[in-house]
Amino acid sequence: MTDLLRTPLYGLHLELGGKMVPFTGYDMPVQFAGIMAEHQHTREKAGLFDVSHMGQVILRAESYQAVAGAFERLVPMNVLGLGEGRQRYGLFTNEQGGVLDDLMFANRGDHLFVVVNAACKEADIARMRAALEPDISVTYIEDRALLALQGPAAVDVLAAINPAAGEMKFMDVATLDLNGAQCWVSRSGYTGEDGYEISVPADQAVDLARALLAHDDVMPIGLGARDSLRLEAGLCLYGHDMDEDTLPAEAGLVWAIQKARRAGGEREGGFPGAQAVLEQIASGAARKRVGLRPEGRAPMREGVELFATSEGGEAIGKITSGGFGPTVGGPVAMGYVPVDLAKADTTVFGELRGKRMPLSVTSLPFVAANFKR
Amino acid sequence: MKYTEEHEWLLPEGDLIVVGITAHAAEQLGDVVFVELPEVGTEVTKDEDVVVIESVKAASDILAPLDGEIVEVNEALTENPGLVNEDATGGGWFFKMKVSDAAPMDDYMDEAAYNKFIG
Repeated sequence: MTDLLRTPLYGLHLELGGKMVPFTGYDMPVQFAGIMAEHQHTREKAGLFDVSHMGQVILRAESYQAVAGAFERLVPMNVLGLGEGRQRYGLFTNEQGGVLDDLMFANRGDHLFVVVNAACKEADIARMRAALEPDISVTYIEDRALLALQGPAAVDVLAAINPAAGEMKFMDVATLDLNGAQCWVSRSGYTGEDGYEISVPADQAVDLARALLAHDDVMPIGLGARDSLRLEAGLCLYGHDMDEDTLPAEAGLVWAIQKARRAGGEREGGFPGAQAVLEQIASGAARKRVGLRPEGRAPMREGVELFATSEGGEAIGKITSGGFGPTVGGPVAMGYVPVDLAKADTTVFGELRGKRMPLSVTSLPFVAANFKR
Repeated sequence: MKYTEEHEWLLPEGDLIVVGITAHAAEQLGDVVFVELPEVGTEVTKDEDVVVIESVKAASDILAPLDGEIVEVNEALTENPGLVNEDATGGGWFFKMKVSDAAPMDDYMDEAAYNKFIG
């Protein structure tokens, strides 16, 4: 086994009593006080997450427009039309239209700032270098940590450190002085709550984390609650709820593909797999990602096979994320089913320990988003 | 009280044996959100899966510690599975069983041995 990597906050995690587990090559805290308590605290007040394992990348050329135009060759998003100081959710696609990773990208004036998943970062960086260099410089930012401060109290906590944070709207980005550190801040996250993601120089990350944790409303949160929060928010986890065999439309991510890149748009297509992606948007997918509520109390987790009937028949799909939703107060799951079974309130069956148990198809999210638009 | 290497505790109560999991095991599992109990009257053999515990993290099986019959289950866990975390060796019990031969219980650890086992 190779040695696990450590984020700049590793020592602080140990000091705070974090239970450490290997995750995408990093030694990361899965929990501190307990997943249930951490989850609820984030929904009610604010939680601090270490997401430094994610990949931070800067793309630069003579102008934002030059970078954005080139980046549009890799993603089906409107990058050129993204205003300065704004961020968008994006997807890398392959030649078949499958999703290679999901990401956040921001127009930071003279450059594009990209955050990709930890598990995919090497491949993403290699792909960007191959496609964009030498015209565009691709720089992997290894000397900064990434923190997420999430929850309804996040705004007051961060605005107390720098009032400018309170002025930001959902998906705004800005460079802010926080606790003496020059931070790249976005008002976003992946919990369904209002909050911020904060890129901070590695050597100032622990001090900033301590300053945030000093606030009574802030508690450290591990990967366990991060997963249950994003599941309740109906957000996809790459490699689970979508992968290279999943097209954006079936994953319910058409909203992320702006009109400019769709059929009839001013820059229609022009990204890998455009034909397949646009065709599926036009003709509709055969299967869809849906929310699922097990009718009993037993959680149904990733990999559970789904059936149309309580007995017999072939599997019609499977659960891609599932567990207990602390805010919902019961089990929740997401998975893929054929479109004719994708309507809300349809009953499907999951096979759990040899028994078929009913689940009801529900609209996502399970817990309404609390963003400050 | 006796303890198994599977982190179960066994407490004789009259001619029955009450079974649950230890506080140490409950802590390792994390917040318990669902417990699937056997049906009363089920005949079980030692090491057979009898209970499924789902925590926020994962599912785990609990094995029958002895041969016997399940004569009572803790219905309170259906409504409040968190009892396993709050009171593992009390209100968080799983089932009571009637055994034909209690002698194998002597092979299980006492408290001192169990504490050493979890070190």
